[in-house]
Amino acid sequence: MEPLLVFPDPPPSELAETLDLGGYPWKAVGDADSAARLQPDDGWAGAVVVADRDSEGAFALCRSLRKREVVLEPFLLLVSGSQLADLELREDLFDDFCLIPMRPRELEARLKHLFWRTGQGTRPELVEYGDLVLNLETYQAAIAGKPLDLTYMEYELLKFLSSHPGKVFTRETLLSRVWGYDYYGGARTVDVHVRRLRAKLGDDRATLIHTVRSVGYRFGEARW
Amino acid sequence: MERQQDYVMRTVEERGVRFVQLWFADVLGTPKAFSITPAELETALEEGMTFDGSAIEGFSRVQESDVLAKPDPKTFQILPLRDSKAPVARVFCDLINLDGTPFEGDPRNVLRRALERAREKGFSFYAAPEVEFFYFADADPAHAPVPLDHGSYFELSVADLTTELRKETVLILEEMGVPVEYSQHEDSPSQHEIDLRHTDALTMADTVMTLRLMVKEIARERGVYATFMPKPIAGVQGSGMHTHFSLFEGDVNAFHDPGDEHGLSKVGKGFIAGLLRHAPEITAVTNQWVNSYKRLVVGYEAPVYVAWARNNRSVVVNVPHSKRNKSDSTRIEYRAPDPACNPYLAFAMILAAGLEGIEEGYELPPETQANLYELTAEELLAEGIRPLPGNLTEAIAAMEGSELAAATLGEHVFEWFIRNKRAEWADYKTQVSQFELDRYLPRL
Repeated sequence: MEPLLVFPDPPPSELAETLDLGGYPWKAVGDADSAARLQPDDGWAGAVVVADRDSEGAFALCRSLRKREVVLEPFLLLVSGSQLADLELREDLFDDFCLIPMRPRELEARLKHLFWRTGQGTRPELVEYGDLVLNLETYQAAIAGKPLDLTYMEYELLKFLSSHPGKVFTRETLLSRVWGYDYYGGARTVDVHVRRLRAKLGDDRATLIHTVRSVGYRFGEARW
Repeated sequence: MERQQDYVMRTVEERGVRFVQLWFADVLGTPKAFSITPAELETALEEGMTFDGSAIEGFSRVQESDVLAKPDPKTFQILPLRDSKAPVARVFCDLINLDGTPFEGDPRNVLRRALERAREKGFSFYAAPEVEFFYFADADPAHAPVPLDHGSYFELSVADLTTELRKETVLILEEMGVPVEYSQHEDSPSQHEIDLRHTDALTMADTVMTLRLMVKEIARERGVYATFMPKPIAGVQGSGMHTHFSLFEGDVNAFHDPGDEHGLSKVGKGFIAGLLRHAPEITAVTNQWVNSYKRLVVGYEAPVYVAWARNNRSVVVNVPHSKRNKSDSTRIEYRAPDPACNPYLAFAMILAAGLEGIEEGYELPPETQANLYELTAEELLAEGIRPLPGNLTEAIAAMEGSELAAATLGEHVFEWFIRNKRAEWADYKTQVSQFELDRYLPRL
């Protein structure tokens, strides 16, 4: 999946977190120029524009992206309650909107629905971190294009961790979220699988999974 | 469950796997496998693959010989073989009867049952073995084993070969997700050791099977022979599989008690007491060959006596010093097993003996202070220290009277095992050894 365009740069951390947790790749832009400069080869997958702090800049960006031959869609606008009046006569600039303060679940539901309506599928299928890529459709993981031969549980653990970069998880949480407790190993199982994953990731990338002393594990660095 | 199967199916498709090897162990721990094509895989995952068990050691039964091998999708793993054009994958199987019940002859099932019992008590059981083995020039029994790294002057390059082999094996194991604690050259010529980091006992038993196969396969590719025979050369140390064990309750090491002088909890002490009391009964399983008892002799760092101590190599249960504030590392080391045991059955018996000690509240005998190798028979008797069985027939006799062994192994495995081992001893008794010829022929 190509990244979503996100405005402003940097976006509110809550938005960044919601997109990351939902597995949507994204790039932040500050204005129309950087949007053009950073545009991926196959175009943006869509846009999420937050208008509450810099409404002038936000609407200018909307216009530049929507008033052209190939309209950028889907286009989700985030506005505060007091800005609702500003939406009048600007209906063509967005496909849907969401009120600020945002609720992550609502934002995700709206995005999902927009993608479905514009026929771009319902789910992003890749989790990417650096040169590590997980294809959720085919269950394959690769580093720099070289496939990793993972067992099912190793794959599930890596998927969970890499979908939540920077977040610290306790062993108990990982066990319940990844294993569902249906396992002989108990909580130490997590340590065992982390070691196995590190062994398979190889020396250079073994440190992607950090041990957080007396807490649990963290994958990579947070982006928010 | 379905997702795991889906994972296996998709991986086979995406990676172009041509064959999937279904792995399992017979009652003696010999690896068995048959290959299926990806087309057969879905059926195998859902229903299992039928095969005739009567040809497998310990699987034969009176009425019914067909058994199903049902892949455990959690263990699906592409083998890191050099020929990547047609990847081959392996998956460990549970064996089940045609009616879907677990097959009573399946060692993996024996261990599953023992682990289930531990889980009912809230325990998960961890194992970390140190596997020793020898590299020899070949497996020809017509001549004495030829070590590869001592004996003549030009052997420097050959010495490198066995170390190379071991290193290559460790790399391949790591690629397969088997974390190696460390590996080293052992005391005896051509002897090496690979220490594994702890995992739950079922995964570890699978891993020991994998390790033995990989060590042997990589040696074979280089035109030499690797063996896990417990005592291939007289006069030097044999190969053991000292294994570190611990029980966890959730995140907490159940063996650890910071208030105790040894750092050992009541659970830990009960486990040791159980192991000590039942050690003679489980030895036929942890040391299952005639040759196993050639290793368990005084003077070669192998355990001979049923006693426990901290950092003492002459006893069967050793309690390694664990680092302060590292409660997780509190564990016990059982030094009897050799690497030619069936790891599923051995871990199941050790766990059962330890649990028995915990449940029945066995008293832990005092720690042994002396080097037991140096004590006389009278001194040992005075200390109340028993020896381990001295040979296979003693071990079988001890096992035969053991309710613990019968309950843990289940009737099928228990009876077959004793019958098989009696037959082995009977064969051995008919032999005239080199020792006898050397000693008696000139004199008598």
